[in-house]
Amino acid sequence: MRPVIAVFIKEVRENLRDRRTLINALITGPLLGPVMFIMLMNIMVNRELQKADQPLTVPVIGAELAPHLIEALKASGIVPKPGIAEPEMAIREQSADVVLRIAPSYGEAWNRGQAVQVEVIFDSSRRDASTPVARVRSVIEGYGRREGAMRLVARGLSPTTAWPVQVADRDQATSQSRSALMFSFLPYFFVLTVFLGGMYLAIDLTAGERERQSLEPLFANPVPRWKILAGKLLAICTFSTVSLLLSIAAFSTAGFFIPTDKLGIALDLGPRFAGYVLLLMLPLVVLLAALQSLVAAFAKSYREAQTYLSILMIIPVLPSAMLAVLPIKAQTWMYAVPLLGQNLGIVQVLRGDAMTMAQLGLCLAGGFGAAAVAVLVTAYLYRSERLAISG
Amino acid sequence: MIEVKDLHKAFGSVHAVNGVSFTARDGEITGLLGPNGAGKTTTLRMLYTLMTPDSGQVLVDGIDAASDALAVRRLLGVLPDARGLYKRLTARENIDYFARLHGVPEDQLVARREALIGALEMEDIAARRTEGFSQGQRVKTAIARALIHDPRNVILDEPTNGLDVMATRAMRRFMHKLKDEGRCVLFSSHIMQEVAALCDRIVVIAHGRVVADESPDALRAQTGEANLEDAFVKIIGSDEGLAA
Repeated sequence: MRPVIAVFIKEVRENLRDRRTLINALITGPLLGPVMFIMLMNIMVNRELQKADQPLTVPVIGAELAPHLIEALKASGIVPKPGIAEPEMAIREQSADVVLRIAPSYGEAWNRGQAVQVEVIFDSSRRDASTPVARVRSVIEGYGRREGAMRLVARGLSPTTAWPVQVADRDQATSQSRSALMFSFLPYFFVLTVFLGGMYLAIDLTAGERERQSLEPLFANPVPRWKILAGKLLAICTFSTVSLLLSIAAFSTAGFFIPTDKLGIALDLGPRFAGYVLLLMLPLVVLLAALQSLVAAFAKSYREAQTYLSILMIIPVLPSAMLAVLPIKAQTWMYAVPLLGQNLGIVQVLRGDAMTMAQLGLCLAGGFGAAAVAVLVTAYLYRSERLAISG
Repeated sequence: MIEVKDLHKAFGSVHAVNGVSFTARDGEITGLLGPNGAGKTTTLRMLYTLMTPDSGQVLVDGIDAASDALAVRRLLGVLPDARGLYKRLTARENIDYFARLHGVPEDQLVARREALIGALEMEDIAARRTEGFSQGQRVKTAIARALIHDPRNVILDEPTNGLDVMATRAMRRFMHKLKDEGRCVLFSSHIMQEVAALCDRIVVIAHGRVVADESPDALRAQTGEANLEDAFVKIIGSDEGLAA
């Protein structure tokens, strides 16, 4: 055990003296996630709020044909603007989000009690236009229903004759789960933190030692290589765990910087969340340390190792991206898949739900199992004769 | 005592070491002499168990390196071709690290380390980080690190490589001191004067084979050359890669 501790202490001491490692482990890694998160959230929240509250200006072609409709629009905060000659072009050029066109026959048809047409011209592939479009559409539809109901009443019929089915929305989303949708990428930040925290140590472990030619004298010591590896992995894990703890602490303050109350959502970033994240991420700390060492062991130089590791860094994005794009239902087996399990678990806790013991157990077992395999493969590779030879 | 019996090592089709045998005795300095690329470093790497021989046997104080590599490493102090210091650690910390890996008891560590620092005349640099050390300072630190566990057998790969005259002299004095303490000193070199000045026994390696294993005087007598350098050229059969 003593050699393992000796290696561990030496690695920690040496890397504490390296500014690059320190900045990565203590500043970039832990703070990158929370800062990006807070910035993104603020931009999103502010955009949504602006869209909802502010009067919306919409070009209307043929406004003079439908004065009552225009009044209804104005009453809902939609300001009609004089029509433009080529609405389709304006939409394509993004000079307008949405344009209304009232058919020339509107006035005549309306007076005869016939159906009239109001065209809403928009581009559904422009996401930022979807809010104004929905607003305009709902005002027009509401106006239409109201007028229809009045016509029925005028003929002595109940409005329910025309609308026998009433849809009543019962949204079961809690304020937490609404926010969780937006936060599905949050687990990736934790993975990124762990990754950055240990990255430079992992490179130093093999590629760095080889580049400065210290692996050969090191291996001349009467210590089995796996013990040297164990000490080094321990040092990597320590750095990445410190990064993770700092990141969790930084995230717990994120609630203060995001105007969540304006969105009517609540964030649970308290001690319960912190505890779950720490527990769920522990297998990943070991897994990533071993994977990083494994990948770095193939590199001939420090720079080469850095390149390989940047590629490796992309892999943890996949589960987050997949879950954001494909709204898959969580199956039990998914919790056993490292990274995916962490992703599901963290989002689930963020939503305010607890994890079942089975889910938690699968998540930890899958993670630690993968970590054990990665450690064994790395240890096997570490025995290679080639590894020690510098030049 | 280090005994090497018929070592072979090939990298692909290149036979780096092709049947090397010799014995380095206690209380003697044995020089492994040969041109660049003769197989000296590969031979030494097999001695300190960094590489496994394809065939042949290495015995250190009677222990077979193939069966108990850790025990062999415990008996050896090694200055490899690659000095590889940790530049963010001080010279003392570099030495202490290897002391702990060797399992030197903590209560003896300081005394031993300071004795070596004294013997190698490196008191002035001991507290400095090794970044920016000169070649000589680096070799001194690496040697102190290699000898911290007081090994009976010392292997030095090109110990004077890159050293200036003063540092080279200090290194020779130090090697004589190791010999006088009764240790088995094995070092490699491609420099004639050095081998002549230091060795009790010269093992000449060329093309992965031992071409001579004699005392300097016997070597001169055998070749009929009064000058050791001429003797060397005659033995290896060419003057390739020879630095005088």
